[in-house]
Amino acid sequence: MEKKQDKYPINHIIGFALSITLTIIAAWTALSSDLPVMWIIIAIMALAVIQAGIQLFMFMHITERGATHAPWNMMFHAFVIAAIVVAGSLFTMSFGFTHDHGGGDHEDNSGGAESHEESHDDHEGH
Amino acid sequence: MQLDEFFVTGEPLIYAGMVSIVLVSATVIFLLTYFKRWKWLWQEWLTTVDHKKIGIMYILSALAMLFRGGVDALMMRTQLAFPDMNFLNSQHYNEVFTTHGTIMIIFMAMPFLIGLMNIIVPLQIGARDFAFPFLNAVSFWSFFFGAMLFNLSFVIGGAPDAGWTNYAPLAGSELSPGPGINFYLLGLQLSGIGTLATGINLMVTILRMRAPGMTLMKMPIFTWSTLITTFIIIFAFPILTVALALMTIDRIFGSHFFTLTGEGLPMMWANLFWMWGHPEVYIVILPAFGIFSEVIASFAQKQIFGYKAMVGAIVIIAGLSFVVWVHHFFTMGAGAFVNSVFSITTMMIAIPTGVKIFNWLATLYKSKIVFSAPMLWSLAFIPSFTIGGVTGVMLGMAAADYQYHNTYFLVSHFHYVLIPGTVFACFAGLIFWYPKMFGHKLNERIGKWAFWLFLIGFHLCFFPQYFLGLDGMARRIFTVGPEWFTLNFISTMGAFLMGLGFIVFVHCVIYSFRFSPRNIEGDSWGYGRTLEWATPTPIPKYNFATLPEIESHDALIDMKEKGQTTFDRDKLEPIHMPSYTGQPFIMAAIMFFASFALVFEWITLAVIGLVGIIVMMIIRSFDYDEGYHIEVDEIIETEKKARGMTDE
Repeated sequence: MEKKQDKYPINHIIGFALSITLTIIAAWTALSSDLPVMWIIIAIMALAVIQAGIQLFMFMHITERGATHAPWNMMFHAFVIAAIVVAGSLFTMSFGFTHDHGGGDHEDNSGGAESHEESHDDHEGH
Repeated sequence: MQLDEFFVTGEPLIYAGMVSIVLVSATVIFLLTYFKRWKWLWQEWLTTVDHKKIGIMYILSALAMLFRGGVDALMMRTQLAFPDMNFLNSQHYNEVFTTHGTIMIIFMAMPFLIGLMNIIVPLQIGARDFAFPFLNAVSFWSFFFGAMLFNLSFVIGGAPDAGWTNYAPLAGSELSPGPGINFYLLGLQLSGIGTLATGINLMVTILRMRAPGMTLMKMPIFTWSTLITTFIIIFAFPILTVALALMTIDRIFGSHFFTLTGEGLPMMWANLFWMWGHPEVYIVILPAFGIFSEVIASFAQKQIFGYKAMVGAIVIIAGLSFVVWVHHFFTMGAGAFVNSVFSITTMMIAIPTGVKIFNWLATLYKSKIVFSAPMLWSLAFIPSFTIGGVTGVMLGMAAADYQYHNTYFLVSHFHYVLIPGTVFACFAGLIFWYPKMFGHKLNERIGKWAFWLFLIGFHLCFFPQYFLGLDGMARRIFTVGPEWFTLNFISTMGAFLMGLGFIVFVHCVIYSFRFSPRNIEGDSWGYGRTLEWATPTPIPKYNFATLPEIESHDALIDMKEKGQTTFDRDKLEPIHMPSYTGQPFIMAAIMFFASFALVFEWITLAVIGLVGIIVMMIIRSFDYDEGYHIEVDEIIETEKKARGMTDE
């Protein structure tokens, strides 16, 4: 504990500033930029990947070696969970996007997801 | 804002609630002042970072919440037994079942188990405290203030009324205006900070602070189940945090994540909620399994049967818990293929759970069972939980679920898993480890009365509900037709019997506080197997003066054979201890202020609170308090006194 005090945590401050900047850029892209929807999505995804990289390198000890080596085990599990969350949500929630529902008996509650898809196209014209 | 908009008005029951809140607060303040205990309260409890004291505060809060949630339950049962009496109107009934569910899961079950983990896990692995004692205090206080925020809702602003699942679009600002749902969102958010931090804290503690020689496969089962639970907490709670934040932004700042209009996806709330919610039910059941394993092994006086299979089963259950969430909304209409996949994963959970059931039975087989109160709770758990588990498999079949969905069959199922699973485990664990917490045992005779009343009441309350459900009675309705009267009435009698059991238990605590013998041994029951029983009672604040080399998961059995204790005079060294600090309490109090302001959408005040939190974080960052050391002489004195040694 005593040893760490004399080292100024410059990496953490840079990381902190960068992650806030990236968040502001992402918010601006989504709210106020005039980009087409597809480009907004791509931009946000790219910013998210950079953000994750900053977290891993600046805060999460990914470069450390020795006794306190990088927590590969936890990172592996985190990626698995993230995959479950994203792929699982797409798997279960995208039922409204296809119009093929085995004989056309449509449930009412798929309407929300459908209109989502339709209004997508509207937005691209902005 | 008018005062009558701020306070809830017009309900006699709520006026009674207000009066009792004022009376209880006034009594507490009077007693603290009269006995001059304010300083004691601040120095010994509010500023503590000792894991044992924080655990006790968790358990006391959880018992208070059990009382609140239980009163909610009795109000609902009264209404359903006598629907014509108009005891609760529909709005009030909606509020009561919402707060009952939320409080029982988030503010009773989890804190109770976390409290037991707080006290026992460091003792079982031979640690002196948590890895981050300061953070542990922050966790407790953020949970506590989150719970207080949620509990305030029924007198100030109005209680949430969209169910504990808080489904969109009902919970959105168009259909549920006012502060009610905001109380739910921010109360859960605030206490969620505490849970997540505890998860990280406990995981680090277990991975890094075990006694010498204690490899992972030599850890007691309760510690194993806690370790796996922390994994689930760390991976599942962020999903809840995000979902709550999105809905808060929806409600307060007008975004459209879960709204009906503006491209919102209301069902995405259900999806995210259950992605957290299903792992959540394993967060409250796995530690319970661990407690039962400890109690059963101790009072069967046998090594737990199939230790490795037990650990494997916990790991598999934890893994499966992340891939079954859709079974909570099979009827959403995602289609046969999606439902089939989740139907199969759901039924697969019965396999590792079955392995555990058979391991407990095999531990009991041909053993000398000691029928103590904690053992009774554990023995009753096995058949009762199995009924809940079997009906769970029935619900897991997607096609059949269309019939069971949203009926009392489901209500009965989840009470049959949560009460024998979690609540019985809380009682078993509390009674089992009570001597380690308070230095005296609970009275066995009264404790057994409480057990039998609660057990009979439980089955009387919930078994008829299976048949009500099969008969078509939907959940969350406040009136029932006369054809369901008999079963509902039996159920209500059972509920009151459970309430009586709880009162007898409280009586048992008070009676034991006054009359139970003190000066008991470290291994108070005489059947302890693990390291927590090697400490003297009461436990010194540093827990262990010295630690032996651990050779198996029944560390105390080995120590007894070799005549070792946790006081080896040759190995003594000064012990480094963390200082008590008021910062966690103050920080959480400011968070409470900010959240309360946000509930009423007073943005300026909320921002002021946020600044306050950041200031507290900065103060903490520049806090170089290194703690203090307990010298060898003091350790010798403490240990000699605690172990009743007089010779030199």
